[in-house]
Amino acid sequence: MMRLFLEATIKIAILIGGLMTAAAYLVLLERRVAAWVQDRRGPNRVGIPLTKISLFGLGQPLADGLKFIFKEEYTPAHVDRWLYTLAPLSILAAALATFAVIPFGSVIPPIGEGGPIPLVVAPGVDVGMVYVFALSSMAVYGVILGGWASNNKYSFLGGLRSSAQLIAYEIPLSLGILGVVLASGSLRLDTIIDQQAATGVWNILVQPLGFVVFMIAAFAESARLPFDLPEAEQELIGGYHTEYSGMRLLLYLIAEFLHMVTAAFLIAILFLGGWHLWGLTGSGDEITLFTAVLRIVVLTVKVLATIFFMMMVRWSWPRFRFDQLMSLAWKVMLPLGLVNLVAMAFVVEYRQWFAGTGTWAAVALGWVVLIGSSVGMALLAPLSSDNRPRSASEGAARQQIFS
Amino acid sequence: MKADDPNIKWIEEPQLGLTGRMYLPLIVQGLTTTTKHLFGPKVTVSFPEERPLIENPLIYRGVHRLNKDEQGRVKCVACFLCATACPAHCIDIIGVESPWPDREKYPESFTIDELRCIFCGMCEEACPVDAIELTSLFDLTGRSREEMIFDKEKLLSVYDQTKDAEPMPSVRLGITPAHRGMEGQH
Repeated sequence: MMRLFLEATIKIAILIGGLMTAAAYLVLLERRVAAWVQDRRGPNRVGIPLTKISLFGLGQPLADGLKFIFKEEYTPAHVDRWLYTLAPLSILAAALATFAVIPFGSVIPPIGEGGPIPLVVAPGVDVGMVYVFALSSMAVYGVILGGWASNNKYSFLGGLRSSAQLIAYEIPLSLGILGVVLASGSLRLDTIIDQQAATGVWNILVQPLGFVVFMIAAFAESARLPFDLPEAEQELIGGYHTEYSGMRLLLYLIAEFLHMVTAAFLIAILFLGGWHLWGLTGSGDEITLFTAVLRIVVLTVKVLATIFFMMMVRWSWPRFRFDQLMSLAWKVMLPLGLVNLVAMAFVVEYRQWFAGTGTWAAVALGWVVLIGSSVGMALLAPLSSDNRPRSASEGAARQQIFS
Repeated sequence: MKADDPNIKWIEEPQLGLTGRMYLPLIVQGLTTTTKHLFGPKVTVSFPEERPLIENPLIYRGVHRLNKDEQGRVKCVACFLCATACPAHCIDIIGVESPWPDREKYPESFTIDELRCIFCGMCEEACPVDAIELTSLFDLTGRSREEMIFDKEKLLSVYDQTKDAEPMPSVRLGITPAHRGMEGQH
């Protein structure tokens, strides 16, 4: 009992320390990537204080953190004080609690008596995915509470947009995951990884359509561009955190980056094989300390690569308009998710056809489904409902209606 | 402007093809552009270590200098044309009787308030003897307002500092003292 408690405490300490540091350094990475993409260099000056050593700007997060801490903790007079303080706390708490069931490695060999130690804070939670969903939906509360408590129309609009967006994209997100759950037969994240490692076939290979649906929904859930409508700077000043400053703003920003990390972890675990890499990490539970570390490294690299991809995406495409966002969710992502689910159900039902070398048939089927359904969607449902006038007569007719 | 205004030109916009409507190829296209820029050349100049490239220092409008003639005297004849032309009123000259035979007056003091200056270059254009010029020195700093008021000595020292990199027009064009002597007789 004591041992279990100690184990959990150490794991929580490592995880929270790691996540907070990661969030700080992701801000730096985000700024550097943004700069590189825009042909600039980015913050590269801050290094060790009081010396001239700049270390590629690795001191920048420290400087940013100090700046936030020393800023005035200002509460505007017109806000609802309780909710105003509660909102950033709740969003950060929910974002951190999500990581209780997300494995950050495989297992490490037993220390002393007892079995191998799984690298999850709460090992063996059977409803892992459900728990992640429940807590990531909690993020909506933080956003709406912040927007409402700020008593400011821009904040409120940001909160409203965010609630509509997050609720709409929960559905494609769940549909993307359902395919994975169907394939592995479990909601436990470590079982999902084990299954991919045992067969050596990552889920992205068998159900690329599910991957695309989940990826897009994950972008929307973590409010990253091209779906960052809740805080669209050009339209809403800062969205739901317009009225926030100092430490409370910092909490919001950390939570935002943690959502991104959560999304990256889920993508890596559900679709990219978690800690598994062919011919390198092995697949079973019998591991040495070396392979244990190797598995942590592989998972971390996958997560970082996903995060880097998210940052690249930010500078690649423009933001969606709100109606485009909604029609993408309901008219495109929802049917695509269902198609993927049906295809996966087919593969699982006739699994005797797809055993052994038949795996390749399953992979081929997955890609045929991806290409076929995206062509079908292109023909059936155009992405944008375009309602601009096309000619002088149409424009005049429209103007008459509105005048 | 009404929608049926004849001045409005209505354009039939190009329809998206099948690849465009599938959207995924466009996503790849966008990522390719971003990746190209990620590894492309950077435009940032890391300033203190690296100096920005000034295309033509002779036409750059930076800190002022007061030119010297061949005998090391200040070229200025205290005609006040620059002070008159200056839109920011930042030039202050005290002209007195010249101790030299080739001109009537010379500046006893010549001060430019660099904080008031807008670096328009009109003083340089107004000067009849090419005495005041703008150099390519741009990183002008100081710790007090007094320090930023440049007197004659300071302006002459800017000339010493920049005369090799940016020669005066008379040197550039190869005008000798003999030419100027003839000009003086008019």
